[in-house]
Amino acid sequence: MGTFGATAVQASYFIAAALFILGLKRMSSPVTARSGIVWAGVGMVVATLITFLTPGMGNYALMTVAIAVGGIAAWVTGRRVAMTNMPQMIALYNGMGGGAAAAIAAVELFSGAVHGPAVLTLGVLGGIIGAVSFSGSLIAFGKLQGLIKRSFRFRGQNFLNLAILAVTTIVGAIIVVNRGADVQSEVIVLFVVVLLLGVTMTLPIGGADMPVVISLYNALTGLAVAFEGFVLNNAAMIIAGTVVGSAGTLLTQLMAKAMNRSLGNVLFSGFGETAVAGATGPSGTLKAIEAPDAAVMLGFSEKVIVVPGYGMAVAQAQHKVWELCQALIARGVTVKFAIHPVAGRMPGHMNVLLAEAGVPYDLIYDAEEINSEFETADVALIIGANDVVNPVARTDKSSPIYGMPILNADKAKNVIVIKRGQGAGFSGIENALFYLDHARMLYGDGQAKAAELVQAIKAL
Amino acid sequence: MIDGFIALYIFMLAAFTGYEVIARVPVILHTPLMSGSNFVHGIVLVGAMVAMGRAEGPLELTIAFIGVVLAAGNAVGGYAVTERMLEMFKSSKGKR
Repeated sequence: MGTFGATAVQASYFIAAALFILGLKRMSSPVTARSGIVWAGVGMVVATLITFLTPGMGNYALMTVAIAVGGIAAWVTGRRVAMTNMPQMIALYNGMGGGAAAAIAAVELFSGAVHGPAVLTLGVLGGIIGAVSFSGSLIAFGKLQGLIKRSFRFRGQNFLNLAILAVTTIVGAIIVVNRGADVQSEVIVLFVVVLLLGVTMTLPIGGADMPVVISLYNALTGLAVAFEGFVLNNAAMIIAGTVVGSAGTLLTQLMAKAMNRSLGNVLFSGFGETAVAGATGPSGTLKAIEAPDAAVMLGFSEKVIVVPGYGMAVAQAQHKVWELCQALIARGVTVKFAIHPVAGRMPGHMNVLLAEAGVPYDLIYDAEEINSEFETADVALIIGANDVVNPVARTDKSSPIYGMPILNADKAKNVIVIKRGQGAGFSGIENALFYLDHARMLYGDGQAKAAELVQAIKAL
Repeated sequence: MIDGFIALYIFMLAAFTGYEVIARVPVILHTPLMSGSNFVHGIVLVGAMVAMGRAEGPLELTIAFIGVVLAAGNAVGGYAVTERMLEMFKSSKGKR
């Protein structure tokens, strides 16, 4: 079955690569997205099953056990995880892929299989990138899951990272120069060092920047998979890995841009954590409002734009908020949702949370689509969002968020803010919007306040 | 089987493909799409299987075993969460 097996394997990889690209294409529209992941899934199953026919392989029993262990564990956790915790699960699964790429590199380097210098270099690079993505993603998971509470920052950490990178380069070069022969101990040193690099690179990065980091590691894992594809002469890995590598790079850039940061800034400066000193606080006072009054404002509006933020998800308020909006729609009020690109823990995370609550996606608008509409809105209802509606980003050059694209909620005729307390946002910056004359603060838990509003509106 | 320049061509074309496929995606799908592309690089599973099939000796076998476990987790977990997220996207105009 030698040649038949080899041909079948190549054919299955061809089919899988085609299905992956078609699947990703279908995932780029909400109408076809569901079928997109199914198509890609079919490709994965075909490629995996046919790979068992690869000529000259052994260890089938252990291999099946390994697939079952990893697959079942991931399936169970993947079905159970709450939608709010989705970003860290994606980080975790992505890190596993990076670890797998690193493991392939390690096995190929240990076995000393003869490779040309170019392929050997790619193999070492893929192993380095995969291992960094593995340990870095685990740290990202730990941070978002709350297992790692604070950021570890110290003087000279960039220097430390550079030093580790230098060691990595030297050890990697030794392996390549020796053409992969008798380099077992160097390989071990290499992987210990790069695993450490992933940790020291990710630990100082603040929680607010994690989405960009996860997206970056996603792209890096893709690249590592592609490089190991060159080592194994596996076209499916080269194509799928490269497609993810370039798509992920683009996605990372889009995210960084939405946050008005450059990628280098995210990786090497550590915003997210530093409190801003010296910025002058806004003038004016915070004006509180009670739920019945807010309900009157909302209930007699013609148009309400809801601006949800991660605070809404933390309070698990998305179902109540949708109930509130349905009550308003029943009264003939036009309701639209405005989503900032970086609302939530990841771009699009807020859309997932709203979808979970049953909000139809055609009521949900991107910042660019809806920003001109705020002027015609009677009320902008802000729930758990802060920095993304801070008008300081437009006006105050000294502010660290200056230049960040924001939602123009301040342009609405009235602004109601549901907020737990009088704290500053993720960035530590006071929000000038809350101090405006036409802004009212509705203090309390998002879910409880939304429920009070529903009752009050139904009683109108 | 895949010679130097052919491999480079594949790499280049795949890179452009990835860029083009993602370029026009609306923000509402960014999280599912990151998750979906995360699933796609789960194809590393077939590579980990091949590496394990060739592995000799306890050290290689152990590393390869870990590799297959991790890769299977990547592929299956990536599918599970992506499918769950996309299932929820509905239009107000009724059926998908």
